[in-house]
Parts: sequence; C-alpha cells; structure tokens
Amino acid sequence: MSEISPGLWGILLHGVWVTVQLTVFSAALGAAVAFAVGLARTHRLRIVRIVSGAYFELFRGTSALVLMIWVFFVVPLTLGWQLVPMWAAVLTLGCTYGAYGSEVVRGAVAAVPQGQREAGVALGFTPAQRLRKIVLPQAWPEMVPPFNNLLIELLKGTALVSVLGVGDITFGAQLVRNATGRSAPVYSVVLVMYFVLAFLLTRAMRLVERRAKAGVGRGPSPEPAAAAQSGPDRRRDAAPSASAPGGAS
Amino acid sequence: MPADTALPNPAGAAPAGGRELIRLDQVTKRFGGTTVLDRLDFTVDPGKHVTLIGPSGSGKTTILRLLMTLTKPDEGTITVDGEQLFPASEKERREARKKIGMVFQQFNLFPNMTVLRNITEAPVTVLGLSRDEAEVRARELLDLVGLADKCDARPTQLSGGQQQRVAIARALAMRPRVLLLDEVTSALDPELVAGVLDLLRDIARSTDITMLCVTHEMNFARDISDQVLMFDAGRVIESGPPEKLFGDPEQERTREFLSAVL
Repeated sequence: MSEISPGLWGILLHGVWVTVQLTVFSAALGAAVAFAVGLARTHRLRIVRIVSGAYFELFRGTSALVLMIWVFFVVPLTLGWQLVPMWAAVLTLGCTYGAYGSEVVRGAVAAVPQGQREAGVALGFTPAQRLRKIVLPQAWPEMVPPFNNLLIELLKGTALVSVLGVGDITFGAQLVRNATGRSAPVYSVVLVMYFVLAFLLTRAMRLVERRAKAGVGRGPSPEPAAAAQSGPDRRRDAAPSASAPGGAS
Repeated sequence: MPADTALPNPAGAAPAGGRELIRLDQVTKRFGGTTVLDRLDFTVDPGKHVTLIGPSGSGKTTILRLLMTLTKPDEGTITVDGEQLFPASEKERREARKKIGMVFQQFNLFPNMTVLRNITEAPVTVLGLSRDEAEVRARELLDLVGLADKCDARPTQLSGGQQQRVAIARALAMRPRVLLLDEVTSALDPELVAGVLDLLRDIARSTDITMLCVTHEMNFARDISDQVLMFDAGRVIESGPPEKLFGDPEQERTREFLSAVL
C-alpha cells in the first residue's frame, strides 16, 4: 500500500467524512419520513392509510440507484432545475429508507397492547396525547433494533451516490484506483472503512436500545449506580408478601 | 320489554324524574351476528354500588366498555350525569368521559412512567392541574392504597396486587363520579385478591362514588352492592338487593348460575 501517497489517503479520508454526512442527513430525513408515513398507515381515516400505503409500496418497489439517477438527471429535464448531487442523494436515500422505516414504526405501534390505549381513553387523553405519552414511548424500544439494521443498510447504501459524482468513500476509492492502477489494496481498505463505521453505529444503537428499554422498565436502569443500589431491594418488595392488604384496609 | 317489566324492582329503581346518574335506554350491541346486549334499559342512582353478575358472554363487560366509550352501541342512548355519551359528538363524549373512571382486569398501568407519573399524568394533561397539585393528590391516594413508598417504582417492579392498587389510585385521581370495575381481581394470584377487595370495600364505604362492578367474587358483591343485576344472553333477567338475589333468587337461571359459582 506504499504506492498510495498521503494525498490519495486524504481523498479516502475526505470520502469517509462525506459518507458520514450522507448517512446522518439521510437518516434524519428517513426517520422523519418513517414516523410520518408509519403513523399515517395506522390512521383511522382510510384515505390517509391508502396514500401512505401507496408511498410505502412505491419506494419499496423502486431501485434506490435508479431513483437517484432519475432524481438527478430526469427531474431537471421536466422541472428546469437541478438539485446538487449531495441533496439529490439525501432526498432519494431518505425517502427510500424512510419507506422501509415506516414498516418498522407501523409494526411497533401496532404491537403496543390495546389495553394501554384503552387506559388512555379511560383517563380522558385525546388521541394525540395517547400517541405521544403512551403509545410512542412504548413502541420506541421495539423500533431500535430494526432501525439499527436499516441504518447500517443506509450507510452501505450511500455508496450508490458515487454514480452522481459525490465524493464519498466509494467515489474516493475509484479515484485512488485510477491514480495507482491497483484495486486490491484500495478496495480492501475501503471494505474495512465501511465495516468500522457500521460497527461504531451498532455500538451506538446498542446504547440507545438499552436506554429505551430502561425507559419502559425493562432491563437495567439508565443510571448504573442507582440500579445497583435499588435493584435487589425493589425485587424483594415486589414479592407477593408485600402485597397483603397492608395499610390499605 | 316484557322481561324488564316483570322485574319487581328494575335496576336502580329511579323515579321518572330522572335524578339517576347513569341511564341506558334500549341499548343494543352486536358483535358480528351475535347480539351481546338486547334492547337493554337500566339506570343507576348516584352513590349506588351496582354489581353485574352472570355467565361469561352475557354482556356484563360490554356495558362497562360502552360506558367508558371503548365501544359503541348499535342502537339506543346512554346518558351519564345528564350528558349524553351515545349518540354524541367525539367532543361531547370526551367531556362526559371525565366523569367516569375505569379499573381494568389487566391493570394497564403505563410501563413508560413511574407509579407517581401514572397517577399524575391525566390530572395534569386532562384536568389542567399543576404538577404540584397533582402530586399532592397522587401521594394522598398512594397512601390510601398503601403504596406511599412506591412513588418512584416502575409498574414492572410491582406485584399484580400492587399494580392493581396503583390503577385504582390512578382512576380515583381524576375524581370521577362513576367508577367502573371490570373483573379487577381476575388476573391476580389468589393470595393478592383480598388486599385489592379490602381496598375497594374501603372506598365504597368511605366515598360517595358510584360503582359499577363486574365480578366473580360473590362475597365481595354481597358486601358492597346496593343492587345486583343478573345477566343472561344480553338481558337483565333478575335484579334486587344482594340479600334477596343471593338468598332467594326468583329465576331458575339465577339459581343455577349461583349454585355453579358459589
């Protein structure tokens, strides 16, 4: 790999930065789309469910690569303006992965027990309050592991942007290969780069998952010290004997 | 309504003037082809404790769910404290619903909130209490149900009996005029049932809250009820004070049912 000069390394490292940016922006857009479309697909109005369902089917059924090329090259022909490649890529990736994510949101929301919603009705909450205070906080821990998968898919999916000439890792690799004429070392390094990024994402999402589960009283509490102190105590309290009439009667 | 006029003392026995708190008029509810409630009429006076008994599938729980607006009647009107629940707009229903609280068989505490928050959230969000006021009220109620030390616990850290007592406190925090109790001890381990029933006896004795109760605990029903309604196939086939209904039922069907469950 000695033939790869510092300048060429610089191209690859800049590519890493672009890939990270693409991932973050697309994930942000994708999350917004996932929640909006996912919740719309559980809406009580049929027309809302139909429109959001159509969105999901449309984006699930089209190739992200072709869509990206289409957004960048075909849309300008009809509309007369062109997005910069970076934003065309973010738009395509966000809308596509958001469609996959909407299925995650829909499933997790549907999995919240009906009794939780009924308790919300009994306490007089409006539908929006039930969603915000009861349903989403309980659905969220169920969403994190599949969102982690999607996020990694998205990270690797960003490689598609090299066709638009966005200087991500993959595009950098093509440049470096063209400059050195050597594929094996360049693409080996690039594989490792993607793996490291994906691994870091997974670790971060594990943390998110643990916090989310603690938020609904599953798994350890988010503050390790407090958990160590009160854990065994609480468990003892929860034993049936503590539930005798006690002070109640 | 031949079956109803045959009753010596129609449920609630409200005078025609209508000071009754709950009124069901000709309520019919069907699920698919099955008629769960068949042109049901009954009324409950303020402060009364009414227990609904009968075989499963006879429509008892459906009445509670109708009153909580968790399901809609196919026909008929339902009124609570002069406000119509059905037919009514969603907004009117939300107002009327504030007068009604419900405790569920499966507790349905919110696992994403602490015990205290379970109790304070609705008073703050729905009734507009300040968080401080709501917490004072919640702590009083937790004291009443014997769980003052569990404020910061999560529902998952409590036993079933404790969870149900928190659920009762949560319902009472809304200061409802009517409390609906839907088989509240059916999901509990046998040794936890007494604690919850004692608490409810206490509440029945010490408050003027109107209770509508579906239960299989006949001793409890006998203790707290002013009136017991025997349901069968979506109709009230017999009603009366507990001594009469448990001691000397008139209908053969009631006798059969009681001998099977007592």
